[in-house]
Order: sequence, then structure tokens, then C-alpha cells
Amino acid sequence: MYKLHFDENICKKCPTGDCLIKCQYLDIEKNQVKDEMVKIAQGKDSFVLEQCVTCYGCEEYCRRGNHPFYLITEKRDEKGILTSPRAITKQWINIGEPRGKYQLGEIKEKILSFGFMPEFLDMVKGKLFEDLMPSYVFGQEFFCNVVYLHFANTQIIKQRLPMVVENFRKLGVEEVVFMHDECYGAFSSLAPAYGIEVPFKPIHYFEYLYQRLKDLASDIKPLNINVAYQRPCSSRLSPDKHRYVPKIMNLIGANLVEREYQDENALCCGGIFAMDYGYSLAHDVQEKNLEDMVAHGAEYCVFNCPACQNTLGEKVRKRGLKPIHMVDLCRMALGETPKMEE
Amino acid sequence: MKDILNRLAEIVGEEHVSNQPEEIFYYARDPGLMPPHNPDYVVLPRTSEQVQKIVLLAKEEKIPLVPMGAGMALTGLIIPLKGGIVIDMKRMNRILEVNEKARYAIVEGGTSQGALKAYLEKHYPRLRHSVPDAPATATIAANVVIHGQGRLTQQYGFNSDMVSGLEVVLPSGKICKIGSSSLSSAWFSKGAPLPDLSGLFLGWFGTTGIITKVALKLYPRKRFRDVDVFVTDSEELVPEMVYELTHTEMAEDINVFSQPLPMIFKDNHHITIFITGDTDEELEFKRKMIWDALDPYIKSKDGGFMGVPPTMKPTFLDMPQRSVSRFADVKKGGGFEYSGPIILVEKYPQCTGKIRELASKYDLAYSAMARIIGRGHCMMFGFAFTFNRSDPGMMERTRKALSEVSEFVLEMGGVFWKPTVDEQKMALNKMDPNTLSILRMIKENLDPYGIMNPGNWEVA
Repeated sequence: MYKLHFDENICKKCPTGDCLIKCQYLDIEKNQVKDEMVKIAQGKDSFVLEQCVTCYGCEEYCRRGNHPFYLITEKRDEKGILTSPRAITKQWINIGEPRGKYQLGEIKEKILSFGFMPEFLDMVKGKLFEDLMPSYVFGQEFFCNVVYLHFANTQIIKQRLPMVVENFRKLGVEEVVFMHDECYGAFSSLAPAYGIEVPFKPIHYFEYLYQRLKDLASDIKPLNINVAYQRPCSSRLSPDKHRYVPKIMNLIGANLVEREYQDENALCCGGIFAMDYGYSLAHDVQEKNLEDMVAHGAEYCVFNCPACQNTLGEKVRKRGLKPIHMVDLCRMALGETPKMEE
Repeated sequence: MKDILNRLAEIVGEEHVSNQPEEIFYYARDPGLMPPHNPDYVVLPRTSEQVQKIVLLAKEEKIPLVPMGAGMALTGLIIPLKGGIVIDMKRMNRILEVNEKARYAIVEGGTSQGALKAYLEKHYPRLRHSVPDAPATATIAANVVIHGQGRLTQQYGFNSDMVSGLEVVLPSGKICKIGSSSLSSAWFSKGAPLPDLSGLFLGWFGTTGIITKVALKLYPRKRFRDVDVFVTDSEELVPEMVYELTHTEMAEDINVFSQPLPMIFKDNHHITIFITGDTDEELEFKRKMIWDALDPYIKSKDGGFMGVPPTMKPTFLDMPQRSVSRFADVKKGGGFEYSGPIILVEKYPQCTGKIRELASKYDLAYSAMARIIGRGHCMMFGFAFTFNRSDPGMMERTRKALSEVSEFVLEMGGVFWKPTVDEQKMALNKMDPNTLSILRMIKENLDPYGIMNPGNWEVA
């Protein structure tokens, strides 16, 4: 069974301490890292539990598959350490509560899952999806709940995820294309780690887009634009799928500018930071990120996560860049009108 | 009766007077819960002089007169409790002057909020007035007569504080100018440095005269407007959060709401903070000041700014707010009524506790909404309930809940806003007798025959 287990011994033998040394938000010396992580694993207090900003980055920085982020999250949950103000946590938990108001398209063996992101209802259309749409699901009943990692609340995930899996099972689907990293991560790694059997094959939408673009290669008109990519936190849960970003950009003729804050070094959009930590952290991180995009000549900022786009879209626009979702960018390469210009 | 109708028709023209049942039915009621009462006539004047002639006729015949704007107060203030003539002011809807540099506008007594807003946006894009969260048809004169509040209330007080002059037809039939306009062509002040006579009419619900012209102060309209929403689950902390916010003097408007539905709003209190600026820098400076003022509560995890998605922002930024109409239909049947006492901000926890108690006791859907008045000097706390108009039981439960609110308000040291007739009586009973005697003196002298909106503010 897939596990998200943290092994103290692996950590003790780690020569780099990358998980926290590479963290862009935590101030820690290399010689402190192992001590702090082992303390956390042993259930002791650590400043890391207080100061981690839930960027998910350490999950990728750790090359030894030791899952430091899940450990930090579980221990915070056990100790009742709040990452967010109570009201914000309540709000998010309330938002995700199933209300029987989900939407089902014409369900086939293979479906698209929009989770609980209404942006996709308007965005997912055109040639890229003509073989699938309108086979889709949307609503809290199909919402993975992984966002609660940001709130160090794994209990709610463990409580709701089996019901969500059951809802998919009732549909009898064989393959589900997830339009968000968190959903993909939920069913490809989190659910198995929690001992929940997933009765379908989860597919990341990047993989789907890449295949469709190859199928439609003759229709693609290279965009010949410079783009910056805003990598979301949840992409760290499935870093192997991040590799599709340059591959997709190549297919559609978009030049991914080589900037400082990309790939492993990507910065958070600041949405969670603003809610949890106030103005300064969010503002400073956003400014660094936007400056970096502008300095490297990006004309577009490409988003993977609609929440990132909601947070940064307007700020990006004010810097003279065009905010666009990956789906829209690909549609544009096929000569279709992206949602932002409709 | 026929004679009165004819004489009214001579004043305003036949097409602008009626005693037909369909019109009588309409003018007998407002959209709230108060029982209707038929007027005898409805008349729509076009000029101050026509209003004057109608008043003189009513005075001669001792017929009650009820001036009416759009009839949106919901508390029955324009229901003709003793019959008589309803004077619908809507035809007097001209915007007479805008003094751009002195930032005031003079409008006729039936001019709507929407008309002035649209006019300013088109002709004076750098000017605005304090738009209340009422339907756009609500009139400016009626709003200041009830001491309404609007988008600029946190900065400049009640909308009636923003009046800079009045023209009133007195119950005697005299047309009287109030403020600087009484000795100047400029309408820049409703009183100072003269004795301020506007208090003889503002808040009196048309029982001392009929406002035929209003001068209203205008304010800078910035190019950008934005909203942030601070969320807390601790109602006890709301007053001190408001105190910190108002101390910054950075907000355009501050409202607080709590309601159980939709789920995104359940369990929490939401302080909506509106900011404006001519540049991004100005907007961001104000935002930072506001966020920093509440930073200690973020650090203590007692509250935080929610992410407001771009799709939700237009709802918050809507001016006037139209989301109220959606709330009004939660129970279907479009019933909506609220009591909005003016009360100290420190009473917020008690008020929210009370509305929850009443909603539970009477099985009603509710929304609690507060608008901060001045720099935290007080607030209007709206105890709002929605009901189905085709469900008499639900309507009766709503009446009972609102009646309990009235008792509660006085216990808490609050003052009724746009009170129903019953609330007016409660207020007069509780009022200092010496104050009451001044009110009586004013009313008896201005309206000796008691023909002006009788039933309201009955002090004589």
C-alpha cells in the first residue's frame, strides 16, 4: 500500500536537510534541520510547527520520499496548532460540506472532474475536450478536500474523502481526468495512503492536455509568446506531472521564460498567506514573484490553479501581463477564443 | 368628496389625481408588514407651488396629508393612517443644480437616488453622494427625512448630516428656505452659522412640512473602489475590531454581517471594508493600513481576511446592494422586513445573540447586518427576517419577533430608526419629558390642525 510515512532514520541519514533548507519562508540553519524534524516525528514541540506556511514545498524538496509536509501537517493536527484564523478554517470547512447540489454531465466511463471549482464549468470546452465533454462532475460531493492540508486539518480529509470516493464509485467510472493538482493528488496518493481503495484510474489534466494536443498537432498555430508559469502549491504533491508544463509549452509554441521563481523554486501565489498571515508576507512574496515575471520578459502569466488565478490575476494584469489559465492557453493555440477574451 | 377631487385636479391636472380603487389600493400600503389603510385621494404635483396649493386646500378642509417618496421605508411611514391625501412626490424629480467646486447638488423633493447617481456619473464623474442600500427608486428627500445611511456614512455620518439646505412647504402653506439658501443663492449649509432649523423637519416623517427641495453635499468620487472582508468567529471582538478600523480613517464604508446561509457565511461575522483611491498606490496604502490595524487578530487567530474571488466582488461592490433582494426571497414569496435601531457598536454581541435567539424561537430565516455610522460613534444594526407573503403564520411570527426586537432595543439603550407607529409611541413614552415638551411645542405651532401625516410622532 502507498504510504505517506515519515521515517526518522531516513531523516537522520539525510546529508542535505533540503526539506527545510530549501524552504523559502522558514529561517533555519542546516544543522538544525534533522533535530527539528526528528523532534516533530517524536511528537515534541518545534518552531517549525508554528512557522510553516503550508507551501507544500518540502514534500518535493525531500528527495528521499520521506514526506516531511505530511508529517508536519499530521503533528499540527494532533497538537491542535492552527495555521489559519479559526474563522477562516470554519469558512473553508463549511464551503466544502456536501449539500446535495452537485452537477453531473452525461457520465461515461471516462469523465472530467472539476472538483468544486466553478471556473471550469465555463472554461472546459472546445476541441481539447470534445471527446469527453459533457461527461463531467462538479460539486462538493466530488471535492477532494485536500485543501484542508493548508489548515492542518487532516481529520476532515479522512472523514470526507471516503464519501467522495464512494460517490465516484457509484458513477461506475473507470477513468477520471482531474482538473486540479489537489484532486489528482488526493486519488493518486492520499487516498491509497489512508487505506481507501480508489475504484478508477486518476489522470492529471496536464497528461490529458498533452495527449490531446499531440492528437490535434495539425491544428496548432504556434503562439510565439513569452510566458511565465505560476506553479501552485498542490503541484508539489505530484511533481512528476509538473514535467508536462515545458512539454505542453513546446507543443503550442509558447516560450517559457527562464525565471528565478519557477519549478522547484516557485513562489506561492500568496492567497493562503494573506488569509493566514496578513498583509506583509503575501505582499512581499507576490511582489518578488511579479517582479521576476516582468524582469524576464513574460507577456502572459499562465495559471494551473484557478485559486492562484483569482489571487494573482488582477495583480498580474496591472503589471502589464495577461493572466491566463493553462486550458485557455492551449485553446488559444488551437485558434479558439480563451475565456478571458470572451 | 367630488369637490376635493376637482380642486386637486385644478391644481395638478386631471391625470395626476385619483381616487380610483386600484390606485387607492396601491397607496394604502408599503412593502413591509404594517397593515394597510386607504387614502381618499392620491395626487402627484410637479412644482413647489402646486404642493403649496394642495397644502392650503388640506388646511382649509382639515384633510390629512401624507407626503410620499418611493414608499420604501418598510415601517409604514407613508401609510395614510387617517386617510386623506397622499402626495406622491415622484414627478418632482429634477436635478436643479450641481455646484461642482462647492460639492453640493440641489434636487427636487421626489428625485430618486438612482437618478442623482446616474446624473453625477455622467456629468460630474469626480463627484458622488452617499448612496443608501435601498432600491434606486428611493428618493433623496425621504431618505434624509428618515435619517438614512449610505456608503459614506462611516466617514460623514447620517445622510441627513450631509444635507446642506432645504425648501419646505409648511403646514401653513408658506414656502420656506432652510439654511444658507434663506439669505443667499448658495445652498452650502443647512444651518451653520445661522440657527439650524433643519431639525424641525429632518426625522419628522413629514409631520411638520413637506420637503420640496434638498441640497445635498457631494464628495470626491475616486477612480477605484475595492472591498476586503475580515472574518471572525468571535462576536465579542467585533466592536474593538471596528474601533481599530475606524481609527485608521482609511475606509470608505464599514459594514458587518452574519447569517447562517449560504454556507460560506455560516458561523462567522464578516466585516466588509470598502476602500477607494485614485491610484493603485493610494488604494494599496489604505489596504495596508487597514490590514495592519487588524494584524494582531490575525496573529492571535481570532480573525483573518477571506479571499474574495473576482466573481464575488461585484456583489459586494454593488451600489446599492442588491443582494438584499435575494435574501428577501430565501423563503420564497418575497417578504422582507427589518428593524434597524441606532445603537452603540459595543452592543454588537448582544444584538447578534438576540437575532439568533429570535430566529430560533420563531423559526425564521435571518440576516444580521450593521452599518458603522461615523468613526464608530454608533451603528445601525439590522434585525432582518425574510418571510413568505402567502404564509400568514410566518408573517405573524415575523411581527412577533420584530416586536421583541423593539423591547430589546430600548433595554440596550438604542434608539429606533424609522420607527413604526408603535415604536414611535414607545420612544415618546421613554423620552425625557422636557424633550417631549419641546417636540410638542414644535408640532403644535407648525401643524396646529394636525393634518400632516397624522398618526406619526403624535406628541400633541
